[in-house]
Amino acid sequence: MINGKKIIVDGQAVPLDGEENLLEVIRKAGINLPTFCYHSELSVYGACRMCLVEVEGGGLVAACSTPPRDGMVIRTNTERVRRLRRIIIELLLANHNRDCTTCEKSGACKLQDLAMQLGVREVRLGQRDVRLPVDKSSPAVVRDPNKCILCGDCVRMCEEVQGIGVLDFAFRGSRVVVTPAFNKNMAEVDCVNCGQCAAVCPTGALVVKSEVDEAWKAIHDPKKTVIAQIAPAVRVAVGEAFGMPPGEIATGKIVAALRRIGFDKVFDTCFAADLTVMEETAEFTERLAKGERLPQFTSCCPAWVKFAEQYYPGLVPNISTCRSPQQMFGSVAKKFYARSLGIKPEDLFVISVMPCTAKKFEARRPEFNTGGVRDVDLVLTTQEVTRMIKESGISFEELEVDSFDAPFGFASGAGIIFGVTGGVAEAVLRAAYEKLTGKALSDVNFVEVRGMKSLKEATVEAGGREIRLAVVNGLGAARDLLDKIMRGEASYDLVEVMACPGGCVGGGGQPVPNTREAREKRGRGLYAADKLVQLRKSQDNPVVTSLYGKWLDEPNGKEAHKALHTAYSSRRRISGEDIELTGQPGAGPGAGTAEDGRCDGRVSKVDVAVCVGTSCYLRGAYNVLQNLIDEVGRAGLSDRVNLHATFCFERCDKGPSVSVNGRVITGVTPDKAGWVVENFIRPQAAGSQSSPSSSSSVDSAMRR
Amino acid sequence: MPETGVHQDIHQEVQDDVHDVGREADGLANRRFEKVNEILEKYECDRAALISILQEVQDEYRYLPKEILTYVATALGLPPAKVYGVATFYAQFSLEPQGKYVIRACDGTACHVRGSQPVLRAICNKLKLKDGERTTRDLMFTVETVSCLGACGLAPVVMINDKIYGQMTPEKVTKVLDDIIKAERRRGEVQ
Repeated sequence: MINGKKIIVDGQAVPLDGEENLLEVIRKAGINLPTFCYHSELSVYGACRMCLVEVEGGGLVAACSTPPRDGMVIRTNTERVRRLRRIIIELLLANHNRDCTTCEKSGACKLQDLAMQLGVREVRLGQRDVRLPVDKSSPAVVRDPNKCILCGDCVRMCEEVQGIGVLDFAFRGSRVVVTPAFNKNMAEVDCVNCGQCAAVCPTGALVVKSEVDEAWKAIHDPKKTVIAQIAPAVRVAVGEAFGMPPGEIATGKIVAALRRIGFDKVFDTCFAADLTVMEETAEFTERLAKGERLPQFTSCCPAWVKFAEQYYPGLVPNISTCRSPQQMFGSVAKKFYARSLGIKPEDLFVISVMPCTAKKFEARRPEFNTGGVRDVDLVLTTQEVTRMIKESGISFEELEVDSFDAPFGFASGAGIIFGVTGGVAEAVLRAAYEKLTGKALSDVNFVEVRGMKSLKEATVEAGGREIRLAVVNGLGAARDLLDKIMRGEASYDLVEVMACPGGCVGGGGQPVPNTREAREKRGRGLYAADKLVQLRKSQDNPVVTSLYGKWLDEPNGKEAHKALHTAYSSRRRISGEDIELTGQPGAGPGAGTAEDGRCDGRVSKVDVAVCVGTSCYLRGAYNVLQNLIDEVGRAGLSDRVNLHATFCFERCDKGPSVSVNGRVITGVTPDKAGWVVENFIRPQAAGSQSSPSSSSSVDSAMRR
Repeated sequence: MPETGVHQDIHQEVQDDVHDVGREADGLANRRFEKVNEILEKYECDRAALISILQEVQDEYRYLPKEILTYVATALGLPPAKVYGVATFYAQFSLEPQGKYVIRACDGTACHVRGSQPVLRAICNKLKLKDGERTTRDLMFTVETVSCLGACGLAPVVMINDKIYGQMTPEKVTKVLDDIIKAERRRGEVQ
């Protein structure tokens, strides 16, 4: 609403319309002020100082963190401002590894862009001589602190939007770095591999881990039959690198490109999504009938699954046991398609083309294999496949469109919308409605669950009962919703979670800029593609039906379970050392003398570890620890026990957990400390020369 | 032998010092961990009290062990990266084990011109600390240089834990360290 208030920007009057900061007003006036640390979806940080402007009577201010006031007179292009902008870029470049030509981000780097745009042709300062190690531990992203400009975009993305906080600033002054806790590697901490940090990073400090070379190697290997599966969200984004607008459907072009590159077959992950709908709907209607494990959470998003395993072990049983479409495809390909081709699973090389970096992690999960061979051999993101197309010199713009191969190239509209927030829920609804009512669904569009809002709720009446749905995107929003569910303040039957803002269309492997606007357009592209196909419902897909007839029997049946389902478990968040409590020399006073006492030839001690990770801590693990110390003392075993506190045996759902010589006992409430001493510690202490029990064995105090 | 009154005082002080530190260090590791829990309870696991909590935890352990920081993050419901960020920001926190005796050799202007460098070299020689090493292998001594201890009249000055030793020379400081080491050895034999 126009309220008559305005500011003057470079001589032009610009009306104020509720903008929260000067930057938004100035950009509205058609002046694209440069920024590194400003993102409309994140909190204002004001660190990069690129958006400095002169305010008449107010000196220099950072536009992003200055609220507009009626009558302000702003100048964005004075000599002083332009000089300062260049100096800031020069200072950033002095601290930046400037190996631009070999950088993953070259061509898409904001620092490179702005240095060019602002006319920085010389860096008068020397190059920083300190080289910090590059972290390649994660399957999803590579972190190169030497390219970090400390804008904090990744820090705020991970904490504010994804609700995790893997990365933060550490140290001080010239030594400041953005790093995971204790300077650990990304793979050792609770990163869910969503790649949103890389999506917002303006430089090459955080980039998608490239597996392009491995893909070429497989393609050039004459022994391998290389097949591709293309996820839905890729087709509405891949064109962006070739001058097409976000959301334009490029399915035919990417199929043609992959075929030219040398893929033997090109299939559609949307087909596997149809399969997922069949399985997930059967599972959902069964749970609904029995009234158990509700709400059912979707399981397509690997970042969400890892998030739940780490933070919500109590809700893990509620996650659909369905594998994601990517993994269903891989399993079907390796188990059945390879057989039908008469080749061994290891000679069939499955490459996924995904919008997602977490899919790289998912494909490596040990449970997804066929006879020890990975079901999905390689995952390429949209960014990587774009690079392959460019590398092969194919002119994408002029490619004749081509169609997917049979049989796994045929998909319904329900499978296509899997790539956008709300799509999985809508696809399941299209199937569940018919299953519950026995009637054909006339209007397949469930518009209530569409759109980019972080949380959408809907109630659908089917077969005489109401189905309550929640659709959430962004893990921070998911955390809020899950906490509400845990507190009993909200109740649903089906909850769809996608980790990335906007769903897969906004995935960490999509082209940059991955803005809200781009995500919205890509989402609209998928809904348009859904409308273009004749079959809108997964249950109408004839290839899916024949697959059940030939190999899988019935949805959610025994055969289908073996090939298409999986199981989840709690997952440790951070690697690290234990807290020593008794029996070990502390790293401190008297260390030298205590060491002699340790080697006095006595029999080995019983190793007792109490988990003090979050789940166990909240269930009173500290009191368990105290009671154990007391009970061990009372039993006269103090000198026979090595007691320490540890972080996570990955039994979070059944905590508090205690391990005695590697044997994990769950459900050890504080009052059971004595029981643990008598039944586990004392026998071990008595026969501590005997072989220790296997580390995989688990006992539950609950069974008593 | 320039055995002066000052020196005898130093000898007595060292005796007292060893005694104090020894008493404080007799607690077992679980006592310290118990103390961490008391600290967390005292501050009601309030995130806003993170710095105070870390200060008190450091008083217990003489440094901030990573696993304890993870535990504090767990109890406060904060990402460990945030706690690590705070712990590395402030110079008062150490994430590396500190020696039982923290030696702060002043190298401010007054101390420097009166010969603090030879004193520092003598300390490092005595403790067999190579370039860049701050703490002895047996975790008995940590050596730091500081810019001023506010006792310029006694320059060159060395501070060991809470005690000031003034008018140091390489010989005198070596004697001080010898006394501490001897006293520690006696303590070890008694145990």
